[in-house]
Amino acid sequence: MNKKSPFIKIITSILLIGVGIFIGKSFFGPKSVETVPIPSTMKYRNIGLSNDTTQVASSQEFTGNIIEVKNGSSIQKAVKEANPGDLIRVYPGTYSENVYIDKDNISLQGVVINGDWPTLDGKKEINDAFLYSGNGILIENFKIINYKGNGVMGQAGNNFIIRNNWIIDTGVYGIFPQYGKNGLIEHNVLSKIADAAIYVGMCDNVDVLHNEVFDNVAGIEIENSRHCLVENNYAHNNTGGLLAFVTPGLPIKTTFDVILRNNFVVNNNHENFGAPGSTVSGIPSGTGILIMAADDVIVENNIITGNNNTGITIVDLATGDPKANDPNSEGNPDRVVILDNIMFNNGNDPTGEIKTIMLTQLDSKGPDIFAYGGGTGSTIRDKNRYRTFGLDNYGIAQITDTKDIPTMMTPSPVPPRSVSKEELGELTYYGVCAGCHAFGTRLIGPPTDIIQAIHNDNPQGIVDYITNPKNLREDYPEMPPQNYLSEEAKMAVAKYILALKN
Amino acid sequence: MILSRVILKLIISGSIIGILALVFFSGQKSTAYYPVPLLKSTCPPGFKLNANNECIAKNLYNQYAVTNKAGVGGLKSALPEIRDGFSPQEIDLGRYLFFDPALSADQTISCATCHDPTKGLGDGLATSRGKDGLRLKRAAPSLYNVGYLKKLFWDGRASTLEEQMLEPLFSMQEMGNTPENLLKTINDIENYRKLFTEAYPNRNKAAPIALEEITNAITAFQSSLISLNSKYDQYAHGYDEALNKNEIEGLNVFRSFVARCAECHTPPLFTNQQFAVIGTPETDGLPLDPGAEIPFKDKSLRGAFKVPSLRNIAQTPPYMHSGRFKTLRETVQFYTDGRGHAIPEGENLLIHWHIWEPNLTDYELDRLVDFLKTLTDESFKPKVPEALPSGLKIST
Repeated sequence: MNKKSPFIKIITSILLIGVGIFIGKSFFGPKSVETVPIPSTMKYRNIGLSNDTTQVASSQEFTGNIIEVKNGSSIQKAVKEANPGDLIRVYPGTYSENVYIDKDNISLQGVVINGDWPTLDGKKEINDAFLYSGNGILIENFKIINYKGNGVMGQAGNNFIIRNNWIIDTGVYGIFPQYGKNGLIEHNVLSKIADAAIYVGMCDNVDVLHNEVFDNVAGIEIENSRHCLVENNYAHNNTGGLLAFVTPGLPIKTTFDVILRNNFVVNNNHENFGAPGSTVSGIPSGTGILIMAADDVIVENNIITGNNNTGITIVDLATGDPKANDPNSEGNPDRVVILDNIMFNNGNDPTGEIKTIMLTQLDSKGPDIFAYGGGTGSTIRDKNRYRTFGLDNYGIAQITDTKDIPTMMTPSPVPPRSVSKEELGELTYYGVCAGCHAFGTRLIGPPTDIIQAIHNDNPQGIVDYITNPKNLREDYPEMPPQNYLSEEAKMAVAKYILALKN
Repeated sequence: MILSRVILKLIISGSIIGILALVFFSGQKSTAYYPVPLLKSTCPPGFKLNANNECIAKNLYNQYAVTNKAGVGGLKSALPEIRDGFSPQEIDLGRYLFFDPALSADQTISCATCHDPTKGLGDGLATSRGKDGLRLKRAAPSLYNVGYLKKLFWDGRASTLEEQMLEPLFSMQEMGNTPENLLKTINDIENYRKLFTEAYPNRNKAAPIALEEITNAITAFQSSLISLNSKYDQYAHGYDEALNKNEIEGLNVFRSFVARCAECHTPPLFTNQQFAVIGTPETDGLPLDPGAEIPFKDKSLRGAFKVPSLRNIAQTPPYMHSGRFKTLRETVQFYTDGRGHAIPEGENLLIHWHIWEPNLTDYELDRLVDFLKTLTDESFKPKVPEALPSGLKIST
C-alpha cells in the first residue's frame, strides 16, 4: 500500500493545480470588484434640528438599475440607455468622448481598481468631458485629462454632486456648474486649468469642500453666485487662490453670502496663463484671496501664506475690472467680514498697481490684506495682527465665527416644479395643439369640439391617433405625428381636450 | 362597422356644414355694411383665455421651476416673464394695425413690411428699406418671442414695445408719419373707430382714438408672436429622437465652453438679453456702427449690440446688425477667426470676454449650422388679414 494508486495521484494533482490557480489568481489576477459601494447621495438635516448636530434626517435614496461600462465601450451609450434613478458604473479604461446628460437623476460612478482610474481623455481634440443639463446629476471618481473646454460643465441642473474627480488640463475650467441651485463639489483634485479650476457661475447654495487646486490660473472662483461655502480646500501655486466676485454683463448680477473658511491658501504665485481678454487674465500672480464687488463675504480661519502679491485683495469693479461696464451690476464690495486667519509671509514680491501703491507707503512688500476702492460696512476682527492697506474704514467685526452655518446647501432638495396632470394637459393643448386646433373654428386641423365628438370618452383613442396619425379626411391636411410628447403629456392632453368646454 | 362609419361621417360633415353655415351667416350679416369681420374673441395659439378676457401665455416651458428671473439656464429652464394679459380683441386689432400701411405717411409701409410673416417676421434684407426705398442702418430683427424681451432695438434703447414702435412710426426715414397725422388717419377710418370701440369696451365712445390705444393694440399683437415648438424644443422637453446625430453634435459644440455660443445665446430664448461687443465687420464702405455707445453715452459700449435670440435664425438671413453675413456658415465662421480680427484700424473696442479663438474645425462649424436649423418653428405664424380696415392693400 506504499504505492499510491493512480486515482489518488490524479486527485492530488488536480487539487494542487486548483490551489495553484487560486493562489495565482489571488496574487496576480484582477481584483474582485463585487463590493463597489453605492454612491452616497445628498443628505439633508431636518429643518428644526439644531445646527450643532450632524444627524441626518433624510438622505436622497439611490434607486434604479446599475449599468456597467467597461473599457472599449461608450459612457454616452450607457447614458442614452439610462433612465432617471439609474447608476452608471464606469470601469478602468480610457474613454475619449464627450458625455452629455440631458436627463434627470443620473449617477455616474467611476470604479477605481488597484489604482487604475476610468479616464476620460479629450486628447486636446474634444471640447468637454461631461456636459449636463439635468437635475440630480452625480459624477464621481473619474480622471479627466486633456479636454479643450471643461472637465465637468453643468447648464442649469439643481441638486448636483461632483466628487472625488482627478482633473488635469481640461482647458478653460475644470468643474463648472452654471445656473444650478443646491450643489456639492468635494474632494476633487484639479491642476493646469487655464481659467478657474472650480468655477461656480451664476449658481445658488453650493458647497465647495476639501478640494485640492494647484497650477491653475484661478483655484476656486465663486462668480455671480449667492450662498456659497468654500471650506477646507487646499489652493496652492495658482495665480490666484480663492476668488469671490461679480463679473459685469452677465444676466445674473450679484454675488453675496459667501463664506471662505478653513482653507489653505498657500504660495499662489503661478504666472498668469489666462486667455487674453478673460477676466482672470488680469489677476496678478501672487494673489491669495480676491474679493471683487462681492457682498457679505466672510473670510474665516484660513491659512494664507506665501502669496507674493497679497494675502487678501478686496477691490471694487472700477479698480479690479475697469474695462467692463454694466449699470445693473453694483460694483462695490460691501460688508466684507475678516475673522481670524493665519497670515504671514505674504507680499514678498508685489507686482503692478499694488507694488506702486505700496511704494508710496515706502513699503516694498505687499500687505496681508489690501483693500482699494468703494464699499461700505466691512469689518475685521483683529486688524492689528495683519499688515494691511486701505482698511481704515473697517470697523470691528460683530461676529466671532460662523459655526452656526455648517452648510449653504438647501435643507431639502430643490423640488422640480410640480405640474398636475390637468395643468400638463393644458400647457400641451395651448402650447402645441392650439396652432392647428381651436374650439368651434377650423384653423388647420379639425375643431376641438369635433375631436371631442369623434373620441368621446376615449382619451386613448386621441393618444393613439396623435402618436401615429392616419389621414382620414381629404379636406384636412395630414397631421404630423406628435410622438415627441411624453406618454404622460399625450394622455394628459387627450383628457384635457375631451374635458374642454369652449 | 360600415354603418357606424357612415353615421360618423354624417355627424362630422353635418357639424362642419353647421359650423361653416354659422361662420358664413354671421359673416354675411356684417358684410353688408362692414368689410372686415368682428375682432376675434379667442386667443391666438400659445395663449389661454381666462375669466377676465385676458390671454395668458401657456407653453411647455411652464413645466419648469423659475430659478432665476432672467429666464436663462439649460434645456429644461423656465422662460423670462412675458408681456401677456391682453384681450383677444386687443390682439386682433393689433394684427390689423400691424399689417395696415395706413400707419405710414405715404400709406405704403406697414409694420409687416419689415416684419413679414413669410420671412420669419424679418425682411430678408441686410438692412431694411424705409420711406421711398431709403436704405436704413440696421437689419430688421425677427419679432418671434419679442414679448419676452426687456430691451428692444439692436442698441437696446427702448425697454417697452410701446416705446419702441414710436420710432419707426415717426422716423422720417422709416414710416415717416407724425402723431397728428397718424391719429387723423386712423380716426377718419370708420372701421377703426368701430374696432377700437370693440377692443376697448370701456372707452369713451365720443373721444377720438388715442396714440396709447394704437400702441397698446400693436404691443398686444406683437407679444402674441410665439415660437417655442422647434425640433430643439422637442429634444429639450425630453424626446431624444428629435435631433439627429449631427444636430446633437452641433448642440454640444454650441453649449461647450470652447465655442461658448450658449453663454450669451442662452436657452430657452437663446439670448441672455445682455449687450456684447463682438466686433463684426460692417458692410463694405460703411463706418463702424457705435451701437449702444450712443443711447447709453458710454464709451465702454462702443460697438455693443443686444444679443439677439437665435430662434428661427435659419429663416432670417442675412445676419448681424448690418446683415454682413449672408449665411449661417459665414456667421459661425466669424467667431473662430480670432478675437477682434475685424475691428477697423484706429478703433479700440472692448471685445466681450467670450469672444476668443476657439479654433473650431470645419466639421464643428458645419454641425453648429445643423443645430441652428433645429431652432426653426413657425407653427404659430400669424395670419395675414384678408382685408384691412383702411381698405388699403396689404403690403409686406
